[in-house]
Amino acid sequence: MNVLNEWAFVGLFAVMAPIFPALPIVIAWLFRPRKPNVLKSSTYECGVETIGDTWVQFRVQYYIYGLIFLVFDVEMVFLFPWAVAYNEMSLFGFVAGFLFIFLLTDALFYAWKKNALDWK
Amino acid sequence: MEELCTGLCSVLLESGADPGLALFLSLLVGVLLVSGVPLITVILLIWIERKVAARIQDRIGPNRVGPVGLLQTIADMIKLLSKEDITPTAADRVLYNAAPLVSFASVVLLWAVIPFTPFHFGVDLEIGALYFVAIASFGTLAIMAAGWASNNKYALLGAFRVVALLVSYEVPLVFALLVPVLLAGSMSLVDIVNAQNGMWFVVLSPLAFVIFYISSQAETGRAPFDLIEAESELVAGFNIEYSGMKFGMFFAAEFLHVFTNGIIMAILFFGGWMGPLYYESPLIAFAWLGAKGGLIYLTTLWLRNTVPRLRIDQIMAFNWKFLVPLSIANLIVVSFVLKALQELALVPRDLLSASFGELLPTTVVLLLFNGAMILYLLGILRKRGREARREPQNARAEFAQPASVAGH
Repeated sequence: MNVLNEWAFVGLFAVMAPIFPALPIVIAWLFRPRKPNVLKSSTYECGVETIGDTWVQFRVQYYIYGLIFLVFDVEMVFLFPWAVAYNEMSLFGFVAGFLFIFLLTDALFYAWKKNALDWK
Repeated sequence: MEELCTGLCSVLLESGADPGLALFLSLLVGVLLVSGVPLITVILLIWIERKVAARIQDRIGPNRVGPVGLLQTIADMIKLLSKEDITPTAADRVLYNAAPLVSFASVVLLWAVIPFTPFHFGVDLEIGALYFVAIASFGTLAIMAAGWASNNKYALLGAFRVVALLVSYEVPLVFALLVPVLLAGSMSLVDIVNAQNGMWFVVLSPLAFVIFYISSQAETGRAPFDLIEAESELVAGFNIEYSGMKFGMFFAAEFLHVFTNGIIMAILFFGGWMGPLYYESPLIAFAWLGAKGGLIYLTTLWLRNTVPRLRIDQIMAFNWKFLVPLSIANLIVVSFVLKALQELALVPRDLLSASFGELLPTTVVLLLFNGAMILYLLGILRKRGREARREPQNARAEFAQPASVAGH
């Protein structure tokens, strides 16, 4: 199989994959009883009525974790080619990779010292 | 799979079918065959999950429908099919309905790159390991979408915790994944398994396996990391507003994800299909993979049913202040030691063709360094544990019970 066919396989798989869970849901849609009423389709909150808007501002701490994650995730992708080429790499490339990991670690310790990692 | 698809394709071409159609049909058969494996396993997995949980909790578990309760899942499916499906009026309909589909589809998609035997797999992507990370994070996205779209405060709190928890544990997961990629010098999962011909990677780098194991347990949102659906505080977390088959899909996806992680770990660290007589028949190779993956899966079930839930500050501190630095240190140590050995020409550069004997020096040195790291870590943990026990008022101040309650 050539490269195009490999990705054609993945593409077809990606199209088919949502169909598997969709099938039982559609079958259920054909069979299920439908008796909606106002109370039943209201927001569930253990019996009390929900107060105010749900989509409110949330704690900034969640956002900070997301931000730190983003930095790490994007930079980690660059380490994959380094790892793949590892066995054939010259010493220079190896040290360059180390420098990169060092900068990454540096960023982690910076965030740590700034108390960005503490749950407040 | 490859021969089957190309074989089918040529048969169709000979019978005078349109080339595009022939290719499409043969690919479709391949897709259905590969996706059939997880779709059939998931029915069994739900039964295993319930049975194991029951046994650990000193119950019997499902035992009425069919022999030893094997058909219980079928009965449950029929029940779920006939259940009324409620969409809250306040919910964001498109995202609300898409979330269970994405959740299940992302797990099934993982199986496209899983090599069952040396010759039977969906595709052998050059970037198989990266594909695994990318697709697995779709599941996180689905849970986030479900929590957000439900427009329910409990569900939203669950979604917040997903952002914090699942996303954070992806960092050590990927760092641990880099170690097998580095050892094999390839991201293709087939190459990674072949590179373990001489020695399993779990022996070369046990620490990477432990990190991968812990973070994949967190990625699936299982105890002790099951904050996203903490029953006692969030009722059910992100899936609170879901009912009927959509609710079922979230759970099928979760059960399947745990098993898929077991299989992935077997491939990355335990030599996948490798085992005595694997070359004799594809069935034996497949059985080896299933046995290894199943064993790891059972230990995750054991962990889930044994360990209590952690607090969110503990979980986040454990990840960012322990697991992430540890995974970086592990990557540095493994790559540095291996490079030093390679430069001194003590070990073969290519693990693919290296035999057990040739790999022995590498194994011993890497294992020694890993052992030293583990001992050092245990020392740190022991010290921290002692400190925490010595100053209980500091560690537990905010969560301490009132004196009158504690007195009883």
